[in-house]
Amino acid sequence: MERLLPLLVAIPLGGGFLCPVLGKFARNRCWVELLAVLVMALLLALSVGQLVAVDTFAYWVGGWKGGDNPIGISLVSDGLAQLVVLTVNLVGLLAVVFSTSYMRRFTGPGLYYGLFLLMVAGMNAVVIAGDLFNVYVFLEVAAIASYALVAFGTESEELEASFKYLVLGGISSVVILFGIGLLYNLTGQLNLSEIAVALGAMAGDAAAVRVVWFAAGLLLAGFGLKAAMVPFHAWLPDAHPSAPAPISAMLSGVLIKAIGVYVMARLLLNVLPPSAAAGYAVMALGTASMVVGGLLAVGQSDLKRLLAYSSISQVGYVVLALGLAAVLKVRAPGETLVIGLALFGGLFHLVNHAVFKSLLFLCSGAVEQATGTRRMADLGGLAGRMPVTGLCLRVAAMSIIGVPPFSGFWSKVIIVVALAMAGYWTLAVVAVAVSVLTLLMFAKVQRDVLDGEPSACVRDARKAPVAMSLAMVVLAALCLGIGLAVPAFKRHLADPAVTALRAGQGGTPTYPERFRPPVSAERPLAREEVRP
Amino acid sequence: MTQGRHSGLSSVVKDITRIVAAFIMLFGIYIVLYGHLTPGGGFTGGVILAAGVVLVVLAFGRDFSQRLSLTERAASFCDSAGALGFLVVALLGYTVNTFFMARFIHAQAPFRLFSAPAILLANLAIGAKVAAALFGVFLAMAVWRPGPREGRLS
Amino acid sequence: MTGIAACHLSLGAGRAAGLLPYAVALGLLVIGLYAIVAKKNLIKIIVGLLIADYAVNLFLILTGYRPGTEGHAGAPILTDGAQAARTAFLRNTTDPLPQALILTSIVIGLGIVALVVSLAVRLYEKYGTFDVTDIRKLRG
Repeated sequence: MERLLPLLVAIPLGGGFLCPVLGKFARNRCWVELLAVLVMALLLALSVGQLVAVDTFAYWVGGWKGGDNPIGISLVSDGLAQLVVLTVNLVGLLAVVFSTSYMRRFTGPGLYYGLFLLMVAGMNAVVIAGDLFNVYVFLEVAAIASYALVAFGTESEELEASFKYLVLGGISSVVILFGIGLLYNLTGQLNLSEIAVALGAMAGDAAAVRVVWFAAGLLLAGFGLKAAMVPFHAWLPDAHPSAPAPISAMLSGVLIKAIGVYVMARLLLNVLPPSAAAGYAVMALGTASMVVGGLLAVGQSDLKRLLAYSSISQVGYVVLALGLAAVLKVRAPGETLVIGLALFGGLFHLVNHAVFKSLLFLCSGAVEQATGTRRMADLGGLAGRMPVTGLCLRVAAMSIIGVPPFSGFWSKVIIVVALAMAGYWTLAVVAVAVSVLTLLMFAKVQRDVLDGEPSACVRDARKAPVAMSLAMVVLAALCLGIGLAVPAFKRHLADPAVTALRAGQGGTPTYPERFRPPVSAERPLAREEVRP
Repeated sequence: MTQGRHSGLSSVVKDITRIVAAFIMLFGIYIVLYGHLTPGGGFTGGVILAAGVVLVVLAFGRDFSQRLSLTERAASFCDSAGALGFLVVALLGYTVNTFFMARFIHAQAPFRLFSAPAILLANLAIGAKVAAALFGVFLAMAVWRPGPREGRLS
Repeated sequence: MTGIAACHLSLGAGRAAGLLPYAVALGLLVIGLYAIVAKKNLIKIIVGLLIADYAVNLFLILTGYRPGTEGHAGAPILTDGAQAARTAFLRNTTDPLPQALILTSIVIGLGIVALVVSLAVRLYEKYGTFDVTDIRKLRG
């Protein structure tokens, strides 16, 4: 199973290039859709297999490590990577199933599914990369595919949103490359764990430390833009509503997390030297995103734009939790319980948000397809006409508000408790206040969209087709299921991820001798394939 | 394109292109093939090949290039074929136990043509892909006209 | 192979010509960012993005340069004689890795430019203008 790790990238790449060919040469679009669903199902099976059968493992491409200071390309599969890969592929599979029915209105199915699979390939590769430059290359692959997918409908608003997204994303890529260049020049390494070790060895040299923090600032700013953190969020409210609904679900649900939050977490906790200042900066980004996203979302009248702003707010929770863990590792390293809680809350909220936000976007797509509008003032009384969609929308809204026993409640409570236990009482109160704001905005959504008298466009709405309903029901079941099975989630999925992040510098397992996870002796350490 | 949309450029350009286009393609293929020995490789050789094809299309016009089957469909097909070829080269490494191995064919001494066989095959695939992709980009931007509403069926 | 030593910026082009090459690269980056931020024409914004991207590529290449022993840069070909004097080899030959990195980065830039120019062409067809202040349907 370890040797199958690169297939997580190779299979969607192959599928992504087969889809346009099939689309041009096949009569019926069913062949392309079948290929896309098969590829995503295979990827989901592979990622579940990685989670179940593989411990922390580093894979050297070509079997070539390059000697004592490794200069080969490595792919890592530890708890955090496996968790995020599972989330990406699960949401991707459900989005593809939804698209088989939703994208009937558009031409060019080969191009759509090809770009979609390329985006998934890019996201998978970013998450399993062990090498800073591979992160950049596949980040660009996923980002360029997403720019094209946002513009897929080629209406004027979608083109404008895609242009804005592209230019801002291009600036962030320039900034990230600059940071990577500086880090490479300082350390002479591109491998993540080697960079961590080299940066740790440089702690005494004042001039080098200044350059390290300049590069770190550049990298955090660049990845903060990809994660839609608040000073850099301007592209998201235009790009996410304009994309077709399954693409909005993928963008909001997994793209900003796989290429934004995940890389920020790796850099902050596993690569850069432990520093309270960086942790405080990340906490500030998270808090600002929470507050600004929530405030701007409440006044929106367009359903998808409201969901986009609420994405900014919820991802702020995750980043706040990660920043808290980074700060506590320096200020109070003995408080292992609080650090573990903060990391668990952040990662749990990441997975939860992927599930319920993609469900919300898929429901909004079903609503838009049935009624033809996204303005909440024109909708109303949908619950009677479209029962499945209405129920799924209610489940997702309760989950994001944080109503027990749905999953969103647990993750928010854990983040607030971690903040309070660490002594940041004002931030805990702010998190609760933003949660009240979320309650307001989603009560408004439910009242305007679901309850009340059916309006004119709702009266002729038909029920959502089977494929779309299936995808929505599975996600809703997940919202409830994860909420009911939190201990199982923690033991099997979240704890390995928290362990990986908590191991600190040298936590990415390319160097088995330097990686010492706090586990019992029966679990084997990382294995590697080295050519004799 | 001075004389109508599809008849290409003047006869001077056509004569020179007849002589030069083949050498441009040959140079491009040389850069792709010797990518592991001299500067160049798949991407730069592919760009030169694309430039050669674009020259032919510009000089002779769309009708002639349609007869030579230098169309968007062919470009898209070669694009995908090149990418899939690269994937096949990479996955062939699994036959010798690791992904993207460089030794699944017996290699010759350094500085010969076959001294790194996997890189050679990968360069060929990438050269074909990049040439087809850049040619496709040129076609998409130069010959695209705002037609009936694309992107949406209804 | 002995460890790759931590290199400081002065070991790159800085050793040969001071900080001037880096200043040029960073100046280009600032010019590109200014064009993205301050210009109203879509095409000028695209050109600004291009300039910024190439400026960072230039910066990366400059960090790989090492002036060789005979007054010109050494080519990093590991012959038998060089195996023995490894530290001197590392210090005198240019680093090939940044060159491989920027090749990839240039290809990525090409992809982005192809996409953004076709977006600009379609935007012109929809709105009739390249002026950013007129392309403002999305608000709030």
